Amino acid sequence: MNGPSDFIFYAAAALTVGSAILVATLPNIIYAAVALLFAFAGVAGLYVFLSADFLAATQVLVYVGGILVLILFAVFLSNRLADVKISNPGHFHLPAAAVCLVLFGVLSYTAVSTPFAVKTAVYLPTTADIGEMLMTRYLLPFEVASVLLLAALIGAALLSRPERGTPEKADMEEGRG
Amino acid sequence: MTLDKFLVVAAALFCCGLYTVMTRRNAVAVLMGVELILNAANINFVAFSHFLSRVMGGQIFAVFVIVLAAAEAAVALAIFLRLFATTGTVEVDTADQLKG
Repeated sequence: MNGPSDFIFYAAAALTVGSAILVATLPNIIYAAVALLFAFAGVAGLYVFLSADFLAATQVLVYVGGILVLILFAVFLSNRLADVKISNPGHFHLPAAAVCLVLFGVLSYTAVSTPFAVKTAVYLPTTADIGEMLMTRYLLPFEVASVLLLAALIGAALLSRPERGTPEKADMEEGRG
Repeated sequence: MTLDKFLVVAAALFCCGLYTVMTRRNAVAVLMGVELILNAANINFVAFSHFLSRVMGGQIFAVFVIVLAAAEAAVALAIFLRLFATTGTVEVDTADQLKG
């Protein structure tokens, strides 16, 4: 495949990696969250090139629509709006950058130099097949995942609910008011 | 568009996520790094499944990873909010109450 599809692939890859670098480096966490939005969108674009149409749609729905909104909620709820200390400097910048650059070199060298037995790629819709496999071969993991989601939902609701009845907690809440 | 290009993109994404996890102090930003790492792993699953095999196990696995990422984000953010209510901050190096 040549021409425009290659160009779009490189655009999606550049969007993904560039936004990921911004997520890693921007000091303001709200800007980082917005950059994360573009990184997720770029990954959805890459899924299209891997003939994963269902995954691309799921990526947009779950990550962009769900997880990112949750993260933004957490950013706004976990910072006092009075003292805007949202941007704070990180730590260990130099060693972390060294480790990551070396790791990236090793990983990409391995990826480029390994002779994979690549088959000719086919581009077919996958949604029906994924649905069928989830109901047949992968039924048990599907059910386990549903139970896990229920447990996570109950756990998150229980954790984030303010405790009532304990006097010290009530005092703390009044004091913070 | 060959397999190694997707793998290099995923490696770059993984390294950005790792850098975010290692350098950020804010717990929510650390969670963002974890999400980047999960996305990198997902790209690898789908790319290998697309280029090396005819069955769609990789895509199914990616669906489960997305489900787990959603559950993990919900629980982690609930924990962060509780941490903020307790200590007044969500910086990871201040949450050392269990340190001996």
